[in-house]
Amino acid sequence: MQRSLNINPAKCTGCLQCELACSYENEALFNPAKSRIRVFTFHQEGRFVPYTCTQCAEAWCMRACPVDAITLNRLTGAKEILEARCVGCKVCTIACPFGTVNYNQTTGKVIKCDLCGGDPACASACPTGAITYVDADQTGYERMRAWAEKTSVGASATA
Amino acid sequence: MAWTGNILRVDLTNGRIGSEALNREWARDYLGQRGLATKYLVEEIDPKCDPLGLENKLIMATGPLTGTMASTGGRYSVITKSPLTGCVACSNSGGFLGAELKNAGWDMIIFEGRSPHPVYLLIQDDRAELLPADEIWGTSVWHTDEWLHKRHQDPLLRVAAVGRSAEAGCLYAAVINDLHRAAGRSGVGTVMASKHLKAVAVRGTRGVGNIKDPRRFMQAVNAGKKVLADNAVTGQGLPAYGTQVLMNVINEVGALPTRNVREVQFEGASKISGEAMHEPRPSDGKPNLTTNAGCFACTIACGRISTIDKGHFTVETKPEYWGNSGGLEYEAAWALGADTGVSDLDALTYANFVCNEDGFDPISFGSTVAAAMELYEMGVLTQELTGGVEFRFGSAEALARAAELVAKGEGFGRDLGLGSKRFCAKYGHPDLSMTVKGQEFPAYDPRGIQGMGLTYATSNRGACHLRSYTVASEILGIPVKTDPLSPLGKAGLVKAFQDATAAVDSSGLCLFTTFAWTLEDIAPQIDAACEGDWGAGRLAEVGERIWNLERDFNLRAGVSGAEDTLPKRLLTEAAKTGPATGKVSALQEMLPEYYQLRGWSSDGVPIRETRERLGLS
Repeated sequence: MQRSLNINPAKCTGCLQCELACSYENEALFNPAKSRIRVFTFHQEGRFVPYTCTQCAEAWCMRACPVDAITLNRLTGAKEILEARCVGCKVCTIACPFGTVNYNQTTGKVIKCDLCGGDPACASACPTGAITYVDADQTGYERMRAWAEKTSVGASATA
Repeated sequence: MAWTGNILRVDLTNGRIGSEALNREWARDYLGQRGLATKYLVEEIDPKCDPLGLENKLIMATGPLTGTMASTGGRYSVITKSPLTGCVACSNSGGFLGAELKNAGWDMIIFEGRSPHPVYLLIQDDRAELLPADEIWGTSVWHTDEWLHKRHQDPLLRVAAVGRSAEAGCLYAAVINDLHRAAGRSGVGTVMASKHLKAVAVRGTRGVGNIKDPRRFMQAVNAGKKVLADNAVTGQGLPAYGTQVLMNVINEVGALPTRNVREVQFEGASKISGEAMHEPRPSDGKPNLTTNAGCFACTIACGRISTIDKGHFTVETKPEYWGNSGGLEYEAAWALGADTGVSDLDALTYANFVCNEDGFDPISFGSTVAAAMELYEMGVLTQELTGGVEFRFGSAEALARAAELVAKGEGFGRDLGLGSKRFCAKYGHPDLSMTVKGQEFPAYDPRGIQGMGLTYATSNRGACHLRSYTVASEILGIPVKTDPLSPLGKAGLVKAFQDATAAVDSSGLCLFTTFAWTLEDIAPQIDAACEGDWGAGRLAEVGERIWNLERDFNLRAGVSGAEDTLPKRLLTEAAKTGPATGKVSALQEMLPEYYQLRGWSSDGVPIRETRERLGLS
């Protein structure tokens, strides 16, 4: 069973634990500047929104890569960068509509979320449950449950 | 390790910038941040120097855990000699700037001298340069922040800046970072502005590493996070209500200083409480509080993000204040509200926004306004002096106007910017100033919480709750419950809290963790990250060393034990309502015992054995 990162911005406090965990997992340094997940602060609105790769089924980045350096991990569903093959041409960073593939000037390669091989560090580190790792077919489950809970007792639905 | 080992030294007079190695020996004795920067300050300036003169220095310092994943590990402090108190100043702030500075590769920045023209310091990893700030001099912190982001086309730049109040010489001006986090107390912003340094803008991409034992560090960090999450205060109370969880509690116990500390309970407390911030407003149906927010790496997230009702008189014609920004924390809500008798939550929020926008301390500001209101009601101040404003207790209009005047350093705002001590002296009533060593005391009345009287009287930066927060024990029962109305045992409690706090303030962590953590929770995190053996006992000893170093600086600056006292009102006018009815502060019963426990002489000077034991020269 594949799982997906499920992000609920309403629970995010902007603490960056996810960015710290991500950079530590991938770079062995606490360095938000190299995190594969980023938290955006919308100051005027008072909102914090974590954002990262959704692991598209038809992945633009993978299709655009001229050297086949982006591959599918069949177990996790993640699109992973093969560092040894990546030439740093950045075409994938242009192809991705969401901006979640980025160039790393330290290594000359690109970086993106790879779901940490199936145990994403960001989700483990998040103190509020804003980032969870759930059944890929059921990312709407909690939201459905919340709406279901609002249904008044005895009400019947007519389609 | 965990320290980067690099110090940035900026000579503003000559525009010279250099890097130097951190003194590792001092780091072993003073840890980082508050302790280590104070050691540098003590070694480098004459304690008698003019705080606003060329000789004073200003240090921005991180701790060894700043920038790491340790919960709340994003703190930095601003250390200098205070223009408000003449004592050592050390103001601690969260937000994201401290971690960014560490990420850029620096443990601290030491600013010296004074620039001939306004400048800001831009740090991009190991590159640092001073750039002209003429275009932003004379503008607010918020404008400066926006200008710098545009100027450098970098949304990820972190900014600390001073506002117009600091430029105008307000003696309690703050350094504001990330728009609404403040190194707030003792006028550290005033010193920064006196050096013609408008802002520090930082971008770090190097990462924080140098962890001695990474595996053990992550175990300790995760264990610490769990303790915070499972604790009722750090896991529930603070995220839900922020420090404002205290407003109703402290009012109930009869320790909420009200109307310039004439009373100890405020009839409007519930209207300005953390609970009230959740209530939908009648006007627009939205609550004051939009969400809570975390500083860097913080898993508590006590920060308040608030709005003001668009129809409120303070902002109805000013759309620039209609968005969200940093909302009321308890001390601010107390100073702007209970102490001035104002129970209009939106007016308090507006005054708080203005404090952040132009960088000044809401505690000192509110307390000074409260003193002005008392003087006004006594007939000492007239409308002619206040610029036509009726300065009565309870007047939201007067509060809002006062904030605007101090922000810009205009008219009566210049007087209010002097702080309560100089203000009350100027108008002939020094006893009405609610200060110790020139700094306004905060939101806990020592008549109802006796330990706080000793806390204020002996604090090394003038009256302050964040030097030994005995409220934790006396009201909340952390780590053990003590009787708030009794002075018994408080000398030992205050000393223990002072020492532990000095260590926490030197680590890069937030003091609020200590609602749940003891030094036993903190030591494993420091020990896994830093060279050397760091147990709880050693941290307490480091804390005691720091406390004595600060004391020594103050004594050499000419601030003697005679100033370890409280405003006359707290010592002679009994509480009139609540559980503390009939009580005054029993400071005299606690102070001699405190001196003795500290190993100080009867006039408050560390004796030779104490100095030798702590390795103070």
